[in-house]
Amino acid sequence: MAKKYVGQRVKRTEDPRLIKGLAHYVDDITLPGMLHVAFVRSVYAHARITGIDTSAALAAPGVVAVYTGADVADKVGPVPCAGALPDLKVPDHRVLAKDKVYFMGHPIAVVVAKDRYAARDAAELVMVDYEELPVVTDVEDAARGGTVIHDGFSDNIAYRLTSGEGDIDAAFAAADRTVKQRVLHRRLAPIAMEPRGVLARYLPGEEELTLWSSTQIPHLMRTQVALMIGIPENKLRVITPEVGGGFGSKLNVYAEEALLGWISMQLNKPVKWIETRRENMQATIHGRGQVGDVEIAFKNDGTLTGLRYSVFADMGAYHQLLTPAIPTLTGLMLSGAYKIPAIQMNITACFTNKMATDAYRGAGRPEATYIVERALDLVAADLSMDPAEVRRRNFPAPNEFPFHTATGLDYDSGDYEAALDKAQQIAGYAKLREEQKKAREEGRLIGIGVSTYVEICALGPSQAMPAGGWESATVRIEPTGKVTVLTGASPHGQGQETSFAQIAADELGVSINDVTVIHGDTGVVQYGIGTFGSRATAVGGTAVYVAIQKLKEKADKIAAHMLKADASRMSFEGGKYSLEKAAAAAAGTGTSDPVVPVGEAPAGALPEPQTDGRSSVSIQEIALAAHIARDLPPDTEPGLSATYFFEPKNFTFPFGTHIAVVEVDRETGDIKFLRYVAVDDCGKVINPLLVDGQVHGGIVQSIGQAMFEEVVYNEDGQLITGTLMDYAVPRASHVPNFELDRTETPSPVNPLGVKGVGEAGTIGATPAIVGAIVDALSPFGVKHLDMPIRPENVWRIINGH
Amino acid sequence: MISAQFDYQAPATIEEAVSLLAADPDGARVLAGGHSLIPAMKLRLAQPQLLVDIARIKSLSYIREDGDQILIGATTTHYQLESSDLLKNICPLLPACAGRIGDVQVRNKGTIGGSLAHSDPAGDWPAAALALDAELALIGPNGDRTVKAESFFLDLLTTDLKPGEILREIRIKKPSGQFGQAYQKVPHPASGFAVVGVAVHLGFNADGSCSAAGVGVTGVSVKAFRAHATEAALTGASLDDQTIAAAAAKVCDGINPTTDLYASSDYRRHLAEVHTRRAIKAALASGK
Repeated sequence: MAKKYVGQRVKRTEDPRLIKGLAHYVDDITLPGMLHVAFVRSVYAHARITGIDTSAALAAPGVVAVYTGADVADKVGPVPCAGALPDLKVPDHRVLAKDKVYFMGHPIAVVVAKDRYAARDAAELVMVDYEELPVVTDVEDAARGGTVIHDGFSDNIAYRLTSGEGDIDAAFAAADRTVKQRVLHRRLAPIAMEPRGVLARYLPGEEELTLWSSTQIPHLMRTQVALMIGIPENKLRVITPEVGGGFGSKLNVYAEEALLGWISMQLNKPVKWIETRRENMQATIHGRGQVGDVEIAFKNDGTLTGLRYSVFADMGAYHQLLTPAIPTLTGLMLSGAYKIPAIQMNITACFTNKMATDAYRGAGRPEATYIVERALDLVAADLSMDPAEVRRRNFPAPNEFPFHTATGLDYDSGDYEAALDKAQQIAGYAKLREEQKKAREEGRLIGIGVSTYVEICALGPSQAMPAGGWESATVRIEPTGKVTVLTGASPHGQGQETSFAQIAADELGVSINDVTVIHGDTGVVQYGIGTFGSRATAVGGTAVYVAIQKLKEKADKIAAHMLKADASRMSFEGGKYSLEKAAAAAAGTGTSDPVVPVGEAPAGALPEPQTDGRSSVSIQEIALAAHIARDLPPDTEPGLSATYFFEPKNFTFPFGTHIAVVEVDRETGDIKFLRYVAVDDCGKVINPLLVDGQVHGGIVQSIGQAMFEEVVYNEDGQLITGTLMDYAVPRASHVPNFELDRTETPSPVNPLGVKGVGEAGTIGATPAIVGAIVDALSPFGVKHLDMPIRPENVWRIINGH
Repeated sequence: MISAQFDYQAPATIEEAVSLLAADPDGARVLAGGHSLIPAMKLRLAQPQLLVDIARIKSLSYIREDGDQILIGATTTHYQLESSDLLKNICPLLPACAGRIGDVQVRNKGTIGGSLAHSDPAGDWPAAALALDAELALIGPNGDRTVKAESFFLDLLTTDLKPGEILREIRIKKPSGQFGQAYQKVPHPASGFAVVGVAVHLGFNADGSCSAAGVGVTGVSVKAFRAHATEAALTGASLDDQTIAAAAAKVCDGINPTTDLYASSDYRRHLAEVHTRRAIKAALASGK
């Protein structure tokens, strides 16, 4: 069937409301009698609470209630952790601290008041007495022992895990050469533009609780919060209004979400909490946080034989939903885009007196890609080979897919060399190297970084997931012919209201303007898993596609019945079933004419489509006939809707090549981008505009990680980068022009052939940027630098400080 | 913004503003563009009882020539200064400095008077005011007085403003003869404030040698300062590369530069020197 929308740069239908300020976020929702909460949070990283005096706060004007850990300890269950690793230590993570606080920002008490100001004023009146305890902030210190953070555990080690296939010792023994490097992945703050927020409303008559929450996972949250506060799951509704970014930070169930629900049930009033930016920095999950040693074994010709990564992973004080799982994702992707016969990862995951780490855009995979790509650069330097050539030498060939890695994965499809070739061609790689050589002779420091990444997307098969890896869709055609798509994915900026409408409009032959995509409301949408791990299109989009095929099976039958024909004689094209093959005209571009003209329908009755003697019938007429249901084929259910739960058989493995070119200022150490080329392959593309946007955003966050961002706690566990005046996220002025292109290798895992692109930028770009800066400084003997690489680091190297 | 509770007054005249301030010298604060005070209130680092909003006093916002002086009203916004054709002609350092402050939204609201009176150690305006040897006109319960910029900045976030006093006008001697100016800045990647900011004003003799030099430095210390040793090394000299480099090397004489997460004291000192040199060269190149 001709594709009218899929593959086109269709502008986002989400954007007009966002740009005009007409969208509704949690904080835009106001309910009658709504109360506001403010949290009292720990000012210490580790302390025993010896007393809490709430009397002054309770007496303050406008205050309705104050709750402490003691009030809720046996009322609200622990914050959930979905990690299921052998011998995993799971601390009892209560929604409010009871006896001890474990990180700066740990919630201790909550004040409920008539407005936000009264709540915040009163929160300052809650007197907490602390007895300070020794603080553990460094993950290696945590592993060594000394102060044990959690009572009841013998040490700070959350788990140890060794993974990988192949004989790693033999691989290293047989290698011609090996190199080893310590690599740091600093803690990063996800910094969604909209911080977290919850509005909870309990209706005592209906015994129903509704939570409006800025989350990526409304259904999973419903299940978990229902268990935490003991409300039947079918009496809890979670609605995600507009969500201003998540990047993984809202792929979680937080203490505040359950607590707000519980408070609303105590007071029988709506209660709202909107996170401040300072709280967002302190008490929303951080990403990354690994300190590791990578060791790579190879032959003199550059052929890789083995890779070992031993890492200390910083869990923070507690496990949030996926905290312990993140380093295991690193382990899965340690083969990168290369044939490495033996791989071993050794994880030592430790508790520290800091906020929990968890999924941040890429979630464990940027760490893996960075390690492998840095290692490949070290191999190239060791052998005096071009970094692109070392990579090329170790790629699996396109005919070697599905490609089994020594991390236990089977990559679905790929042509890594094609992406590298294309990127090198766009960059003019050979010429760039000549220019670099010439520039060095003139004393200028230019560096070229190459990253040939592969990532794992479309999370994922349910076997590999803690709570289901499928996704759901319902597609229905309403009596008036309008198409409603209900997706279990929960897009929050990715643009699936547009891309899913493109799929539906093409498959049904209707105008895209007739399709509405609904998501993020457990009261309306069938159970779903959510949006994370670059899964929404590959898994959720496939569910939409298959649901439409199911719907069309039924429409086929009704069409045949209406045209009094054999279904096998009919064709479907441009939204019409026709007796003559390919006779139908293409659908118009605007909204299709309603079957029932607006204002002309006789009250209470819809005019039945008249098909006698006709040779074609539109999908809208079929929908109307299916709802009037006076003349349907025998044994046909009325209505026209289909639901499908898609379970993928494998992950997908997008890949690509990023090339960064930088120049550093000898005098100041300033780093300037000269070029940035990215060729990404995310399989088939539904909407190139959305794909470009995802790649742009990802590269920008990579620039942040490579050059600016670092969550810093001092040795007392005080968060030093507590505001956006200290923590530098990239601004438009920090970002170069991106030269983007694509190769397109369809995935065999789903019928759309799509792979996913949401995290490609944060995974592929960081090593290219760091590689470029290291390359620029290679005349000074530099082989590796840890992120963020700031001008001062560069200056010190150049000037020998 | 969930600040602590405060009262708000928008007086019609500066005299009225002075009396409101005088009535509550401890609890009242002047609000102009609000781009320093409001963030502090948001974090509850500042909890004023009363805000006296002078941004609504229309007569406090102006840029004009008066004899051999340029007069700038305290609530003139950064953007007004950045976009002033008059200033681009007669004192281009001011628009150049204004254009490096924050972003467009900040420049549309923030004011030169507010910035100077706040004396942020990394604010841009103090550097320009020092380089241009500006005179600041203050009004208070005891009437009007003027103070030189160099005597105005006393310490971290501390100025010569007495309780109840308001900065009302910035006065700059109109550059005459041959002169050149430039502002060099390294913005902090998060805050946009100056890691180092160097403002340079040079006067030239007919033979091209330097007749007068003003060098104001911000971001480097607890307060902005005039680099006297650099100025002295330039004044009277013929500005060849060697002289400029030697002068720039003295920029932090007597100063112990700040260390923070972004830049150590050593690196700041180095940046100050490099950007002083670059600012002098840019001023020289812009000379007319």
